[in-house]
Amino acid sequence: MNTLATNAPGLRRDEGMERLALFGLASPALLLVMVILVIPVGWLFYLSFIGADGQFSLENYARMVERKSYSRIFVTTFQVSLLTTGLCIAIGYPLAYFMSQLPTKIANLCLITVLLPFWTSLLVRTYAWLVLLQKQGLVNSWAISLGLWDEPIKIVHNMTGTLIGMVHIMLPFLILPVYGAMRAIDRDYLKAASNLGASPSRAFWTVFFPLSTPGLFAGALMVFVLCLGFFVTPAVLGGGKVILVSMKIVSNIELFVNWGAASAMGVVLLVLTVAILWIASRFLRLEQMTGGGH
Amino acid sequence: MKKTLTISMAAALLATTAMAQDKTVTIASWGGSYQEAQSKALFVPASAATGITVKEETYGGMSDVKLQVSSGAVTLDIVASGSGSAARAGAEGLLEPLDYSIIDVSTFYPTLKSEFCVGGDVFSTVYAWNTDTYGDAGPQSWADFWDVEKFPGKRAYRNKVAGALEPAIMADGVAMEDVYTVLDSEEGIERALNKIRELKPNIDVFWSSGAQQAQLMKDGEVDMTTGWNGRFDNAAKDGAKVKYSFNQALLDYDCFAIPKGAPNKDTAMAFLAEISKAEYQDDLPKYITYGPTNKAAYETGEISAETAAMLPSSPENAALQVPISLEWYAKWETIADEMYQEMLTE
Repeated sequence: MNTLATNAPGLRRDEGMERLALFGLASPALLLVMVILVIPVGWLFYLSFIGADGQFSLENYARMVERKSYSRIFVTTFQVSLLTTGLCIAIGYPLAYFMSQLPTKIANLCLITVLLPFWTSLLVRTYAWLVLLQKQGLVNSWAISLGLWDEPIKIVHNMTGTLIGMVHIMLPFLILPVYGAMRAIDRDYLKAASNLGASPSRAFWTVFFPLSTPGLFAGALMVFVLCLGFFVTPAVLGGGKVILVSMKIVSNIELFVNWGAASAMGVVLLVLTVAILWIASRFLRLEQMTGGGH
Repeated sequence: MKKTLTISMAAALLATTAMAQDKTVTIASWGGSYQEAQSKALFVPASAATGITVKEETYGGMSDVKLQVSSGAVTLDIVASGSGSAARAGAEGLLEPLDYSIIDVSTFYPTLKSEFCVGGDVFSTVYAWNTDTYGDAGPQSWADFWDVEKFPGKRAYRNKVAGALEPAIMADGVAMEDVYTVLDSEEGIERALNKIRELKPNIDVFWSSGAQQAQLMKDGEVDMTTGWNGRFDNAAKDGAKVKYSFNQALLDYDCFAIPKGAPNKDTAMAFLAEISKAEYQDDLPKYITYGPTNKAAYETGEISAETAAMLPSSPENAALQVPISLEWYAKWETIADEMYQEMLTE
């Protein structure tokens, strides 16, 4: 009792020192976040309230309400992001499931092929799709020579081409977390399910799928958020007709030669994205509770 | 430590200022084969003749100048710019007025210079067509470009308003000389936009760059497009089945300007005077099919008759075209482009 009391101040001091040391170790990272994230975002907010004459003004936001194109562009952006995410799930989930059923060695080989596109420049992959999909591109010329269709079909410079390119680029972002979550699922749960008389599909839907949803949700969210700010692929494959927020931000800078006009769009996109993340994070926690609570 | 850093930075700053006094100019242009041509024909020879050291940079256009001027840290002495954006930047107070008592423009085409920007080369916005689809004759006017019954096929058009309304209003029956009178109101702009809306179902691609125009024609992705003449010449050289016409084309020019508060303003003015001379301008067409802005360049004998016939600013070709009105762009471009972007997202 007595020794404890005499040690207490020393312990407190040590604890304080440790906390200080930890803070010291974290400070470069904190400083970096401050410099490259907090200050620029704050600056962005500030600029969005500066009008063309350099004075405080709400004109940059008023414009977004008055002009119909802005709401259309935001709708297109969310539409493209949702469709891309949906397609990525439809293609990526079964693939991840297939891979998770393979022996580890072969699965790793498959994983490398999934990752391979990551090592190629985004721009190169996008232009490759342009070459493949255009009117006299490989896809059309092969399909015509095979007799699949007679006239070249339009699969690029529109929404179709944009989606093909974006799904291809986003797919690894979905597959990796889903595959990770699936690998972590204990096989014994499935055995127990069939032992209790569940058919394979019943076992999959009531046991396996709920356990894989945290990974699916994380992957889908990542794909969706990345799509919201996507520039290169829709700009090249959309043919100037699929106009997303990022493209409008660029054209606003060129058009108004005024950072405010572009900043306001950035702020709106940021706020919408944060709102979605916030809603999703609540949803995600619920998912984990239902997934892990039995 | 911090002190040493400050001192060495100050020393570095002083050193650059000292060098600047030794007659240096920093020129920013658009890079690529365009700047290469400018460098070979204008900057390098003029630097040798005047003893002015030239530092070349690339930049992102007048938004960069705006940033430099508004933050008070101007590093560029001369910028190459499109005539329209230079007019707007000048109106916004981002550029120094040019001193035409130093820069001799007496033999210039009168429309190819402005208070803030002196012409460097002339290009045209033309319609180009695929010769496999339409043969050598092809469309002869903007009305033909719009005529999808006579010339069935897919079109490409610009994704910005610059050079996009004039063709539409001519296709709608307005005479070449009345283009800017008709466009001088929101109703006129709307009339041109409605004409583009009419063609829109046949427009497959809204292009954003010169490289894209050439690629679209090379790949046969569209049958007709608007674009800059030099790009199609290069594409044809690469084997593309493409031809274009100067008839009803838009005669436009690139120019050189001096940002407000440029560190070497006087040297820059002297250097602009040098590169505006015919003896430099007559070399430019050797490297790119853009014409000189100084008429006297045609008289030095450097530009052959065959080359001249291909240039937008040759007297015969210039007579076929509508010169771009900078006043119109200064007054209407922002409003018109907003309306244009509305049309694009419909």
